[in-house]
Amino acid sequence: MSYTAPVQEILFTLTDVVGLADIAALDGFSDASPDLVEAILDESAKFTADVLAPLNWIGDQQGSSLADGVVTTPDGWKEAYAQFVENGWGSLSFNPEFGGQGLPMSVAAAVQEMWHSANMSFGLCPLLTQGAVDAIEHHGSDEQKATYLPRMVEGSWSGTMNLTEPQAGSDLAAVRTRAEPDGQGGYLITGQKIYITYGEHDLTENIVHLVLARLPDAEPGVKGISLFIVPKYRVNDDGSLGDRNDVTCVSLEHKLGIHASPTCVMSYGDNGGAWGELVGEAGRGLVYMFTMMNQARHAVGVEGYGIAERAYQKARDYAKDRTQGKTLLGKSEDDQNIINHPDVRRMLMSMRSSVEAMRALALECAAAFDIASRHTDPDVAARHQRRGELLTPLVKGWSTELGVELCSLGVQIHGGMGFIEETGAAQFLRDSRIAPIYEGTTAIQANDLVGRKTARDGGQGMRELLTDMRETQAALEAADHVELTAIARRFGPALDASEGAVDWLLGQNDPTLPAATSVEFLMMVGRLAGGWMSARIALAAWKRQEDADADRAWLQARITLARYFAQRTLPLVEASHTIVVDSAESTIALDIAQL
Amino acid sequence: MKIIVGVKRVLDYNVKARVKSDKSGIELQNVKMSMNPFDEIAVEEALRIKEAGHAEEVIAVSIGPAQSQETIRTALAMGADRGILIETDEQLQPLAIAKLFKHVIDKESPGLVILGKQAIDGDNNQTGQMLSALTGMNQATFASKVEFDGDAALKVTREVDAGLESIRVAMPAIVTTDLRLNEPRYAKLPNIMKAKKKPLDVLAVADTGVDTTSKLSVVEVNEPPKREAGIVVKDVAELVEKLRNEAKVI
Repeated sequence: MSYTAPVQEILFTLTDVVGLADIAALDGFSDASPDLVEAILDESAKFTADVLAPLNWIGDQQGSSLADGVVTTPDGWKEAYAQFVENGWGSLSFNPEFGGQGLPMSVAAAVQEMWHSANMSFGLCPLLTQGAVDAIEHHGSDEQKATYLPRMVEGSWSGTMNLTEPQAGSDLAAVRTRAEPDGQGGYLITGQKIYITYGEHDLTENIVHLVLARLPDAEPGVKGISLFIVPKYRVNDDGSLGDRNDVTCVSLEHKLGIHASPTCVMSYGDNGGAWGELVGEAGRGLVYMFTMMNQARHAVGVEGYGIAERAYQKARDYAKDRTQGKTLLGKSEDDQNIINHPDVRRMLMSMRSSVEAMRALALECAAAFDIASRHTDPDVAARHQRRGELLTPLVKGWSTELGVELCSLGVQIHGGMGFIEETGAAQFLRDSRIAPIYEGTTAIQANDLVGRKTARDGGQGMRELLTDMRETQAALEAADHVELTAIARRFGPALDASEGAVDWLLGQNDPTLPAATSVEFLMMVGRLAGGWMSARIALAAWKRQEDADADRAWLQARITLARYFAQRTLPLVEASHTIVVDSAESTIALDIAQL
Repeated sequence: MKIIVGVKRVLDYNVKARVKSDKSGIELQNVKMSMNPFDEIAVEEALRIKEAGHAEEVIAVSIGPAQSQETIRTALAMGADRGILIETDEQLQPLAIAKLFKHVIDKESPGLVILGKQAIDGDNNQTGQMLSALTGMNQATFASKVEFDGDAALKVTREVDAGLESIRVAMPAIVTTDLRLNEPRYAKLPNIMKAKKKPLDVLAVADTGVDTTSKLSVVEVNEPPKREAGIVVKDVAELVEKLRNEAKVI
């Protein structure tokens, strides 16, 4: 069950589609030149294939286990994590001030795809640390930064996000965990948190928990929630580790997938209170959490297509090897593998073209955040910030939902063997299923897209996006190339349909009907954006075909994959428009007694 | 002491080699190229020797097209200190390569030169030995273990047909690496980024004054014959008969 990172595809998307050169031209990103990025991707490809990928199946079968409050990760994980830290992969995009490499988010996302393809359960540990680092860097005091960040950036300490409680899932206003001042500037935390990814494990020396809790005098609702740092081991003034804090993992969840990633129930303050320190101002906890939400959601979107890429590679290899029945596309008797059945081609083409579209969309989104963070012209920065925020729910919502579908196709290509666990295809499907749920379910992403990202600014961000898409449509038409024209023939109507749905949405005064079909709206814009990105891949590939050293067959494949995506997926945008508008009322029409 | 390591850019070992349609050689356009695996082992060994305090500088040297700079950068990312590329678009033969290495050695005076025992493209296994003859430096080929014996000599374990042979060579010496010498490290991310800023000198073959004219010419390159499907024999007698008369191996 090997994995080969698609370095050529990833690099081309960065350099020729989303504009790595523009990012490298920004102050502070000059390291991100194409040759250096290629060297980074090559080494990451080696590391993920040789070290992380072989542990994926072991991780699934063994899972992490809990005994006496100690969580043990599967065989080989500790050594692999030590190598991960030793080789500096955790520090990729972090601030150089704390030991990070300061690379753009787009380059980091390109590398992180490989972690999740190779071993999604493993990739979750650094993903969570990243969120915690961002929170402390943006909102912590200088002292907190100095105490925690260098070790977390290095990866020798990990981080967690403690938001959810049994009664507070998607609705965090219901958080009950309490924080009492200890009279010495610190706080004592008591309460229970659930679904804490890597809440306890044996990979790092210390674990830095970020915990949402309420102060005694806090007002009810979201404004009464504050954010605290609660380390597993308290840190002495000289940086060494001190006393074990009053926080324990009391159980591990038994899950459908990501078995190696310990999903913990964490208990705070069973023996009087876990010591914690306040981050920023009291009552601002949820606001602070939301500043890193875009990044975390983007990272989960990357998981969505990362795991689908792995499922694709496995299904493709099986289809090239397995023979069954006489095929319609096989050219000789020795050429009768199932990959020569047209319907197997359909599944493989859907997987491949969708992954390339999702990857390009995620990197486009990351590139927008990169430009927003460093551009000197405030208008340009603001426009890119808007774009990144608009694309984030698509990257998270659309890519994770589609990722599950594609992993299911991966099982299907294997036939009965796919349903057998030992084959390994089923693991990808099981692992992929969490991605549309955590870091905000698809419905939450849809609410975000419809409410915060579309309606709130009167559709400004969405109109800007549609205008950019019209430019791509014009470029497709102007190319006068038979396959690009075929793409344009599907992209144009999809654009018209989406505009119609946006108009309908902006014309609704009551949010009830849009809410009923908001997920369909999200999938519609996701497919449209995927079609846009794959059209841009096709245009970029077409432009490169005349280069002296061009890999013409490879470039041609990009164009044909984009045409397949346009012809297979973009017609669904038109159907989605109808569903968004037409089915809203009937969705909520039935009396509950009849359900 | 300086150590020079040779790093060659070759077809990646995972890529299936394909012969060009005109049979003039292997297709190298748009295929993945990487550092010769034996050279990775050479770089690793040099770095370990430096880390153990026996050397101050590791210089990665490549002879090949402009893209060989990437191969040198890989060595620099692993930890080599600087690089030298002798740029040429010709496919040079081992003797010419050995002469070019000698040119570098004359300038740098290394205490130790570590080369792969062979490159996986040409499989020649000649450069190290020829370089030893040209420079008069001692040679220890097919090394599976390299230890220091005092400051001026090495104890090298060699993999030979009969087993393992231990020899002592005085330095300066040339060591060629076998597969089991070590396991090369992964480049660390910070070092990949630093590698870009390490010095890399590029010179042309003409600058060296070395005559690289080849005494060999390639007549034709062919793929190995396709393996025939096996057959099931009905008894031992038929097997023996076929081994004797068809395969002619007994």
